[in-house]
Amino acid sequence: MLELTADERAVAAGQAGEAAAMAIRIVAEAARLMGAPRLIPIASAHIDGALYHGDSGTLFAEKLVEGGARVAVRATLNVGALAPAGCAPVRLPPHEREMARRMMRAYEAMGCEPSWTCAPYQAGHRPARGTDVAWGESNAVVFCNSVLGARTNRYGDFLDIACAISGRAPDYGLHRRENRIAALQLDVSGLSPALRHSEVFYPVLGTILGRTAGTAVAVIDGLQGCASEDRLKALGAAAASAGGVGLFHVAGVTPEAPDAATALGGAPPRERIALTSDDLAAALARLSTAGPTERVDAVAIGSPHLSLAEIDETERLIAGRRLQIPLYANTGRHVLAPLEAQGRRKALEQAGVIFVVDTCVVVAPILPRLDGAVLMTNSGKFAHYAPGNTGYAVTYGSLSECVESAVAGRLVREPLSWS
Amino acid sequence: MELKAEILLPGGPANGRCLALTAPISFWGGVDPATGTIIDARHPQHGRNVAGTILALPGTIGSSSASAVLLELVHAGRAPAALLLDAPDAILLLGLVVAREMGWQAPPAFRLPAAKQADLDGLKLAISVAGMIAAG
Repeated sequence: MLELTADERAVAAGQAGEAAAMAIRIVAEAARLMGAPRLIPIASAHIDGALYHGDSGTLFAEKLVEGGARVAVRATLNVGALAPAGCAPVRLPPHEREMARRMMRAYEAMGCEPSWTCAPYQAGHRPARGTDVAWGESNAVVFCNSVLGARTNRYGDFLDIACAISGRAPDYGLHRRENRIAALQLDVSGLSPALRHSEVFYPVLGTILGRTAGTAVAVIDGLQGCASEDRLKALGAAAASAGGVGLFHVAGVTPEAPDAATALGGAPPRERIALTSDDLAAALARLSTAGPTERVDAVAIGSPHLSLAEIDETERLIAGRRLQIPLYANTGRHVLAPLEAQGRRKALEQAGVIFVVDTCVVVAPILPRLDGAVLMTNSGKFAHYAPGNTGYAVTYGSLSECVESAVAGRLVREPLSWS
Repeated sequence: MELKAEILLPGGPANGRCLALTAPISFWGGVDPATGTIIDARHPQHGRNVAGTILALPGTIGSSSASAVLLELVHAGRAPAALLLDAPDAILLLGLVVAREMGWQAPPAFRLPAAKQADLDGLKLAISVAGMIAAG
């Protein structure tokens, strides 16, 4: 049974204004529906609700603004449906474009930071380990829980901004220590070190994790010394799109898993799975939908948004060559600004890179409409969503294969042993 | 026939023909927010329309934008007349919570186990404010 404090009841009754009352009533209703006994204070929020799905979301955000809403905690914004920082044009009809623009403006008016990125954790928003936060966007949620060790559930549209305004969240799920203990153990130590050290492995592992774990918490064993931050980012994003994963542990790597036994809470796992090359082959096959074709119409990288280190690597692989087909580099302003300052943006664009900033190619109509088109990507998340959202079939490959294919204008494969 | 369903979100009495889905659905990407048509090509009820129905859901797949789609259906006048859920889904139901806050007429939501939903498919139903479900 949910109990609110006297202060929370006063806010809900309108003492702090109309919008604050609406926000805390929404948080309290969510708490009641999930059986949370109380609300807890949060340190920050990441808001996924500013992506336009229809006019009602814009009207909701504008009603909050009219009611005097201001976020009570630091709140970054996930991608929108437009690209105010310029770069690739978005094809939205005039009415939708105007409503999407009004929506983005309303969220900024409430004091949210115009970060417009799905990788806020690489744009300077990194809550401390053990703090409670309210984050939306599945990849950001899983990174925040797993890599930073802060605590959040998957906050959906409307609840994310309501939590940010009230500074409160329902006390249930991954906010509670007992729900962060791993139930599954995934052992990858039988796979070759070369594979575990290659970036192309991580979205495949994430796909397996998502399909195996669902919403359960797993600990992965055997990645000590292999897993960089960008690899964990790719792993989590794939896991959260293939399943409902909100938290995973990597033994010896992530903050709540000094070793597998600690992550498991000292108890034996419900299930222990040793990954084989057959498991990898099956997951790898699922990531591509284009079938045996050499056709590639576009390359898209950056879901989650590219870090500066990932751009560095892309630039190194392009090595001054000219691309035959466009390579869409999806990233945030936090990365574009230094690229611009260093004079690198222009050179990359001249080579054939198209920057997509503040949004991305699967949430906004950016890719040209083409019959039978094929998109190549190194992102597990793009591989998952592109067929439904863009109409492009997908070919999954490494970053190096993506760049070589863009240079050649057709699919280029490089030898790699998946075992 | 009379069944009692637990109230998840209260509302006025509801009338309509029951559409009992036979598989879980993700509202985002699964239901067209402008029309209420089920657009997920892999869903068994692909092509049916949820507007005005007593919609029985054996399960929901929790996209974090399900609430936005349900709010859009309410705003467009294409929402179901009532929802019957096997288990509460805070993300989906938040669309109705927000619709009420916006002052829009939001359908009520009740809890009814999936096993009891299937028999209701196609029947004209009346649901009282207290959650009593009767043929009507």
